[in-house]
Amino acid sequence: MSTRNPGIMIDPARQKKRFDLSRYIHLKKDTAPERIVNGIYFENPVFMLALGMCPTLATTTSVTNAVGMGLSTTAILMLSNLFISLLRRIIPERMRMPSYIVIIASFVTIVDFLMQGFTPAMYESLGVYIPLIVVNCIIMGRAEAYAGKHGPLGSLADGFGMGIGFTGALILVASVRELLGNGTLAGFRVMPASYEPINIFVLAPGAFLVLAVFVAIMNRLHIGAARRDDWDPTGKFVCGDCRSCPRVAGCGGKPAADAAVNLHGGRG
Amino acid sequence: MSFSAILMLVVTTILANNVVLSQFLGICSFLGVSQKTDTASGMGGALTFVLTLASFVCGVLYHLILVPFHLEYLKTIVFILIVAALVQFVEMFLKKYMHSLYEALGIYLPLITTNCAVLGVALLNVQKDYNIIVGTIYGLATAIGYWIAIVIMAYLREKMTDNNIPRPFKGFPIVMVTAALMSIAFFGFAGLK
Repeated sequence: MSTRNPGIMIDPARQKKRFDLSRYIHLKKDTAPERIVNGIYFENPVFMLALGMCPTLATTTSVTNAVGMGLSTTAILMLSNLFISLLRRIIPERMRMPSYIVIIASFVTIVDFLMQGFTPAMYESLGVYIPLIVVNCIIMGRAEAYAGKHGPLGSLADGFGMGIGFTGALILVASVRELLGNGTLAGFRVMPASYEPINIFVLAPGAFLVLAVFVAIMNRLHIGAARRDDWDPTGKFVCGDCRSCPRVAGCGGKPAADAAVNLHGGRG
Repeated sequence: MSFSAILMLVVTTILANNVVLSQFLGICSFLGVSQKTDTASGMGGALTFVLTLASFVCGVLYHLILVPFHLEYLKTIVFILIVAALVQFVEMFLKKYMHSLYEALGIYLPLITTNCAVLGVALLNVQKDYNIIVGTIYGLATAIGYWIAIVIMAYLREKMTDNNIPRPFKGFPIVMVTAALMSIAFFGFAGLK
């Protein structure tokens, strides 16, 4: 034991107690099912990568809003992933960012109009957050990290998995907020009539608080995994290439002092 | 809009309707770049500059080009491209003429492109039917609100570094809890409305 470096080695007996889904699910890399499971769980955009924070906080006042936001983002994510993947050999390396932005913004505009026409009530309650899907880091992040380098089928599955992971996360956060803050779920009364709604949960502070607790639970489940993979012996977080890292906003291109900050640097 | 109405708009935008703490715009950099007070302040300054300029340029383009030619539906694409181009221009300008400021802002300048507050304000100006001047003032007030919030947050985070925080809450979650408490505190300004 004395020759082992405590910075990278963790007592295996302790490690087993940690919850780690990757021990139970084995899928071939870069296949459609693997991409979908990856988006829903291993790289869940909200809980694991801390991307797309603005819509997660702003549109989770009710489950209905969360579903609307999640599904419209999923649609845009799949379409933009598919098109960027198909155009990946045509788009020149130096022009890829502006091209991605134009592709994403076009799809956002289309979805914006479709929602305005077919679901006017939803469009009204989501307001400015529909056009703001353009700057949702999940979409740009997936274009840069996956769709720009892989084939169309895998990219479509990746977009679907990420989108469903995002929608699921929004629904989870929204259920807690709506249940505690309003006593309802998707508009239906769930709590008994004697329940006094805790208003703060549907207001701004409740959004921060509920998301903080969810991410803390995820951290609790994954502290072992994060330490195993991401710590080098000097105790610094190593995340490799900053140029391709979607979370460079969190660390500013420099290794941060504690892994948790970098793991959930926050961008979106 | 009368002078008093504009003054009221500025005060409520900075405090009661704070862009980060009650409208959830610009959360990304608010959480990402608030480790130290001086970098947070640099980010706030850079954003104030870009946001004011962007809301002015977007306002001019929307009212003088998009509306007369009935191209309002292109606003999302046009605004995001303006913001991206503007950030690039500001970066080139600062690099050539104000090099010390350019170095101080460093990586934060390009990151403003993906800051949803910039695009959000440009779109809100259209949604709320503000004219070019009121829109620019609204942009400036929003940016000042962001500046205040991120500097307070950075100060609190500096104080927190030595505290014994439960391990799962380290990093991102404790920052969110702090933001929740700040948001409750900013509710006190709601009486200003």
